Amino acid sequence: MLDDTDRRILRHLLAEPTLSTADLAGRAGVTTATCWRRLEKLTAAGVVQGQQAVIDWRRLGYEVEVSLRFTLDKTDPRAFDDFLAAAREVPEVTTIETFLGRVDARLTVIARDMAAYQEVYRRKILTLPHIAEIDALMLIATIRETEGLPV
Amino acid sequence: MIDLDDTDRAFLRALAQDATLSAGELGRRFGLSQPAAWRRVRRMEEAGVIAGRRVVVDRAALGFGVTVFLGIKLATRGRVSLEDFERAVTAIPEVQVVQHVLGLFDYRLRVVARDIADFERVLRRRIMTLPGVGNVEANVLLTEERRPGPLGLA
Repeated sequence: MLDDTDRRILRHLLAEPTLSTADLAGRAGVTTATCWRRLEKLTAAGVVQGQQAVIDWRRLGYEVEVSLRFTLDKTDPRAFDDFLAAAREVPEVTTIETFLGRVDARLTVIARDMAAYQEVYRRKILTLPHIAEIDALMLIATIRETEGLPV
Repeated sequence: MIDLDDTDRAFLRALAQDATLSAGELGRRFGLSQPAAWRRVRRMEEAGVIAGRRVVVDRAALGFGVTVFLGIKLATRGRVSLEDFERAVTAIPEVQVVQHVLGLFDYRLRVVARDIADFERVLRRRIMTLPGVGNVEANVLLTEERRPGPLGLA
């Protein structure tokens, strides 16, 4: 499957996704042609699934970010599906996650300020179906965020 | 903070799906010349709106079958410095995300591990030994989905 060269390339790519193929090859100690071929192969195999631009919402005036954690009323077998489908309709939701644990689902919600957040929370979040419990973690600062893996 | 028009927002939506789109491809898709498209992307990069790139990988295929979110409450707040905790936690290679939060917990971490046994090792040896760590809650990630966000409203 993956050999050491693949892992080395991936390690550097995950740590610095904006590197050009030539620079990435340099870091990984392979030729640009090899690096390019390996990336093609990893992409074809579905190991690398894509590259996405990261949007800094604060720069667009969204000052508030809240992590909302939900426990759902699972007596209804459709609870997860209904909840997730409704959450997808809320534009202020930027990520949706589901879990095994005390928390069933988590949404990241952004808003321009606290007043706007309160409005979203009341009108679009509290009205989501099958909520049993909600708790909120307000983001103060992101200290680290990487997709890097200790591969 | 910069103002975006509808074309900028369409560009952002497209790039949030696929950051490798060239200015030429973006231009063709939205009816702009390659240089005009390039200038728009450049402007959003310079303003920091496009903050970088994220490589999406199949973590399980790379041997990391388990992703866990941890909520951490510091036990001796006031006595342990947040800086000490942050310095120690960011040195753990399995920790991908560290967020300082306000609420039930003080910090939110995303931790990757090979399997549950490996996660237990990270938790016991690395997380529970962090300076000031108190109550810890773990939730194992099942699915994750990124949404385009309020680009229609920005």
